[in-house]
Amino acid sequence: MTEKSQPADDPVLSVRDLTTEVATPEGRRVVVDRLSFDLAAGETLCIAGESGSGKSMTALSIMRLLPEPMARIASGSIHLAGRDLAALSGREMRRVRGADIAMIFQEPMTSLNPVLSIGHQLTEAIRVHRPMPRGEARALAVKALSAVRIGQPERRLQQYPHELSGGMRQRVMIAMAIAGRPRVLIADEPTTALDVTVQAQILELIRTLQKDFGTAVILITHDMGVVAEMADRVIVMNGGAMVEAGPARQIFHAPAEDYTRMLLAAVPRLGASQTVSDLAPPPASSVPDDTVVKVSDLTVRFDIVGGILRRPVQRVHAVEGISFDVRRGETVALVGESGCGKSTTGKALLNLVPWDGAIVIDGAATAGLGRSAMKPIRRSIQMIFQDPYASLDPRMTVGELVAEPLTIHGLASGSELTDRVAWLFNRVGLSPDQMQRHPHEFSGGQRQRVCIARALSLSPKIIVADESVSALDVSVQARVLALLQELQDELGLSYLFISHDMAVVEQVSHRVAVMYLGQIVEMGSRAQVFGDPRHAYTRRLLEAVLVPDPDRRHGAFPIADSEVPSPIHPVGQAPARLAMTDIGNGHFVAG
Amino acid sequence: MTPGAGARLGTVLARLARRPLALFGLIVILIVVLAAIFAPLIAPFPPNEQLFEGLTLEGAPLPPDATFLLGTDLLGRDLFSRLLYGAQTSLIIGVVANGIAVATGAMVGVTAGFFGGIVGAVLMRFTDLMMAFPALLLAIVLAAIFQPSLWIVALVIAMVNWTQIARVTYTETRSLAERDFVEAESAIGAGRARILFRHILPHLVPTIMVWATLGISTTVLLEATLSYLGIGVQPPIPSWGNIIYESQTYFTTAPWLVFFPGVAIILLALGFNLVGDALRDILDPTQKGRY
Repeated sequence: MTEKSQPADDPVLSVRDLTTEVATPEGRRVVVDRLSFDLAAGETLCIAGESGSGKSMTALSIMRLLPEPMARIASGSIHLAGRDLAALSGREMRRVRGADIAMIFQEPMTSLNPVLSIGHQLTEAIRVHRPMPRGEARALAVKALSAVRIGQPERRLQQYPHELSGGMRQRVMIAMAIAGRPRVLIADEPTTALDVTVQAQILELIRTLQKDFGTAVILITHDMGVVAEMADRVIVMNGGAMVEAGPARQIFHAPAEDYTRMLLAAVPRLGASQTVSDLAPPPASSVPDDTVVKVSDLTVRFDIVGGILRRPVQRVHAVEGISFDVRRGETVALVGESGCGKSTTGKALLNLVPWDGAIVIDGAATAGLGRSAMKPIRRSIQMIFQDPYASLDPRMTVGELVAEPLTIHGLASGSELTDRVAWLFNRVGLSPDQMQRHPHEFSGGQRQRVCIARALSLSPKIIVADESVSALDVSVQARVLALLQELQDELGLSYLFISHDMAVVEQVSHRVAVMYLGQIVEMGSRAQVFGDPRHAYTRRLLEAVLVPDPDRRHGAFPIADSEVPSPIHPVGQAPARLAMTDIGNGHFVAG
Repeated sequence: MTPGAGARLGTVLARLARRPLALFGLIVILIVVLAAIFAPLIAPFPPNEQLFEGLTLEGAPLPPDATFLLGTDLLGRDLFSRLLYGAQTSLIIGVVANGIAVATGAMVGVTAGFFGGIVGAVLMRFTDLMMAFPALLLAIVLAAIFQPSLWIVALVIAMVNWTQIARVTYTETRSLAERDFVEAESAIGAGRARILFRHILPHLVPTIMVWATLGISTTVLLEATLSYLGIGVQPPIPSWGNIIYESQTYFTTAPWLVFFPGVAIILLALGFNLVGDALRDILDPTQKGRY
């Protein structure tokens, strides 16, 4: 695509001095500060920024979907085709929404009504703006679904949101949004909740539709990879204000502002760690007892009960006979898309789900151990969860939370306990003065530091980090990853690093295991898996990763029509086990 | 519990007092409690004594005047004195009956929710069974079997009222047990008892508090209903419910006999509701500083 860098002569959307305020207990707070920009027909404008930058508030302001009266447009104008949206009445605005300007949201499941069929919702969306007989609207709906490359559209119309995968649901949302042929489409983090391969398809879809219909797109995202892939022009926001705006190439190659530079530097880049190897090699040794965790033939299955007798009718084969080991001081990454069984594997290591097979942690077999028998082993293995807020009891202070493991295992009490907790706080970069506060008073990054301190308190040999940085902003993510790295160098910790993010995995891990549908399809050193991927799935994953460089765009990514295969099988029908072949130097590839 | 528990109760009370509605509720409750405790001192007349000067020459009850502040009843007893003593009955029922109901309900609900399986299924089916049973009918049957008395009334009310709180705590316990932080607690090696008492029960406290305070008002009302039906607290012991019951036929000629005990019931129920609502917000640390 050619880049439209010149300011448009005749913009579709023109925002001037938009200021949005939110009421807080401390008074009014400006969340969008005098923002101005123009959007030309057929152009893609990316608004990039970290959480709290005001990018979503900008979208909601333009759509006039602010949660009034808590938030309101304080001043400024939003001109869409000659009309000032900021001055329209609620009723007039409802007519504009969907017809002239439409929006798609991050989470397609919550944006669709779960009790109405896809067909019902789609035809309603069409009929709201263009009154027409139901049959005609249905025909249009079929067309709209075909436009977003959904196969068998007639059948899909009968289905309900829960019957579709996340990617399919997002396509339905896009179909609904473009059904009214809007001039402007606002997409707020449209692919953040999706797997990388699905993300690539959705972005490609948006691009194709834009070409076909000439829609102008405002894409709001925190992901610089998505920005580089899609943007003609970019606005970088921070703290509600515009930091920098310009054509995509200029922003990526010659950023003018420090903040933009910082943001770009924090983005993990695939391939970057091969040139700059800042990762200390794991202490290579052939001493047999340096294996911290050994997993053999791990299988986790969940029954789905059904029928009157509540008997198992189907089984989720979450993990299907995987084997790997983690050595001292080593980071092993489990990567894969959602539902591949990587998190379940992590939980099995801590006996949080029932499993079959054999797991040996620091010399102790954990098969069939109950809660109390498992307790001493937990001193060797700890876990950091994905969502640092959900995994901390909100009614306890962070000091109590960090002290708790020590109390449970009887490792410290009284002033010794306080000292130890203070030391842990300092170690993870928090101030011990903050011990009396509750988790909700901290930012996401700080909360994750609390979780790390908690895991660290037992001086474990290995920490399972389950998507531990996925929910964090890139700059915070970089700092938390650096902390984990530091702790590894200092304490000789091992990590089982579970992630969907190939770039992060490449940055932190010594060895990588790629999981697909409950099985490992490829395993080897970082150089082997990233430099010489052998399995088709690994290649597909790597191809789908977006590079934060507008000169290295993907361009056409095939939009698959198929649904993702599922790990659910009828009882008694186990999926075929893949045989692993060693193709040299510990690089294993499934047959 | 902890040495800080006393101080914490103090801050909770202080924060309650900062909300006008909660403060109003607190004052109403306090007045009723004091009235009940000091009834023998405050009451101008013995509650059950039929006063000669308490009736007109025709034998009709007296409306409120300087001697009989709230008037007299059909037998010439001082209504104000009877209401003061009636507060004792209402509070005993409200606190004891409701206390038993809340304790039983919470225990059943939490046990069923936390342990699940067969234990949970049996407990919850039993709860469903009790819920399906018409409360009033059960009360009538029990009152018929046993001699009606204050304590039987309390027992009946407890048996009827525990089911809702069992349901509520059951669902809440189940959803709490699924929360990430409970899994995180298992991961650091916390035992089941610790998870239950340190990480699940504290989250249930606001719910239980709200149900306990709301329950007091429904309990007082249920006692009034039972007494009104004649199977509650037996005369001559005064209760707010049976005062209304005795006087209902004279509502048009002596409205104060129904009006004053009615207002007392409404105010007390309202007071507990207001305090209960406020407590729910105050006991949630994530709401701190919002008011």
